[in-house]
Amino acid sequence: MVVDKAHIEDVLKNVTDPEIPVLTIQDLGIYQGFEREGKKITVLITPTYTGCPAMDMISVNVKSAMEEAGYKDVVVKLILSPVWTTDMISEDGHRKLKEYGIAPPVEKTSDKSHHSGEEKVVPCPQCESKNTQVISQFGSTACKALYKCNDCLEPFDYFKCY
Amino acid sequence: MAEVISLKKESILKYVLQLADNALILGQRLAEICGHGPILEQDIAITNISLDLIGEARVLYQYAAEIEGNGKTEDDYPYKRDIRSWQNILLVEQPNGHFGHTIMRQFMFDCYHYYHLKAMINSNDERLAQIAAKTIKEATYHLKYSSEWVIRLGDGTEESNSKMQDALNDRIRFFGEAFIPSKIENDKSLIGIAVDCTEIKDLAWAKFSEVCQTANLDIPEVKFPQKGGKDGLHSEYFGFILSELQFLQKSYPDSNW
Repeated sequence: MVVDKAHIEDVLKNVTDPEIPVLTIQDLGIYQGFEREGKKITVLITPTYTGCPAMDMISVNVKSAMEEAGYKDVVVKLILSPVWTTDMISEDGHRKLKEYGIAPPVEKTSDKSHHSGEEKVVPCPQCESKNTQVISQFGSTACKALYKCNDCLEPFDYFKCY
Repeated sequence: MAEVISLKKESILKYVLQLADNALILGQRLAEICGHGPILEQDIAITNISLDLIGEARVLYQYAAEIEGNGKTEDDYPYKRDIRSWQNILLVEQPNGHFGHTIMRQFMFDCYHYYHLKAMINSNDERLAQIAAKTIKEATYHLKYSSEWVIRLGDGTEESNSKMQDALNDRIRFFGEAFIPSKIENDKSLIGIAVDCTEIKDLAWAKFSEVCQTANLDIPEVKFPQKGGKDGLHSEYFGFILSELQFLQKSYPDSNW
């Protein structure tokens, strides 16, 4: 079988984050290419949070998507470098997050203000209001914080800067 | 034939296990709160921190297994070692107590952990540097979280202040151990690889004192500082932690799923 980069990346478009099923691993920026050695293909993934329980499932899903497409000898390798940051989420990923009801990261990680205690305004993904407040820095998954909109009164998840 | 690993590798292995043990035991303690947090949001926050720490422990144990070779896996270290070979500091094995105790223990660990990782980014060991660059992002959120709670409760009502002061008085004797080098941290072959914990002491204490002051808490004088965890001498709580953590592997050796 001919190994074609475009084809492999097309196949991997079917692999989504199990916790945020609207995002593919490319949208999320955790897909870091592949290496080929004879017939063996090693897909490289950089994990989001070190303890993220979705990683094992993503590895399994990558393997099965590849197998379905005819690639029989596939391994998934988790690499720590480059370190994943929310800056790697694609523009498409930002749009999809918002449509899904999760506020995308509002700043680049080079901007460290989120570490010093200064709170950036996170617009509500439902009604766009800027009148929102943080409920908890730790939300339903490791990568999210919990916010509330003071106008439409809906709680929402915020994909926090990492 | 078992492969013989070099002395330097053996030192790195021991150092990596010391770091991993701290992260895992605190992660295990925090996991006990799952379903028992004072309110839902804090239950979730604390178990998120637990997850981060267990994740950090995993990447370190994976590295340890690679160094040691001989078919070792990341699971061998948490599940198949007895008390004396664990090198975590005594602070992380202290019981959760009330929420103030949990937060104070967390805050002390975060003050140490954050500056430790910050220094480890410059380690000459590439893998340790990568792990530090990754996990410091998580530790930054932990420190922010625990600092905010120390301030909110310390500078809160009379009752919350007195509970935080009690927690501080009780836990302070465990804070110093993190900054006293163990034999392995003093190992000459690890210069440039291991973090010099005496060098981060002032930074960690400065953060610690600043937050305590904002929280209206008085840092008491430590009359009887406690140490020994790094050398495998643990408090009475440790056996209970291991009996729960290792239950499955002890009752059903090598079981897998």
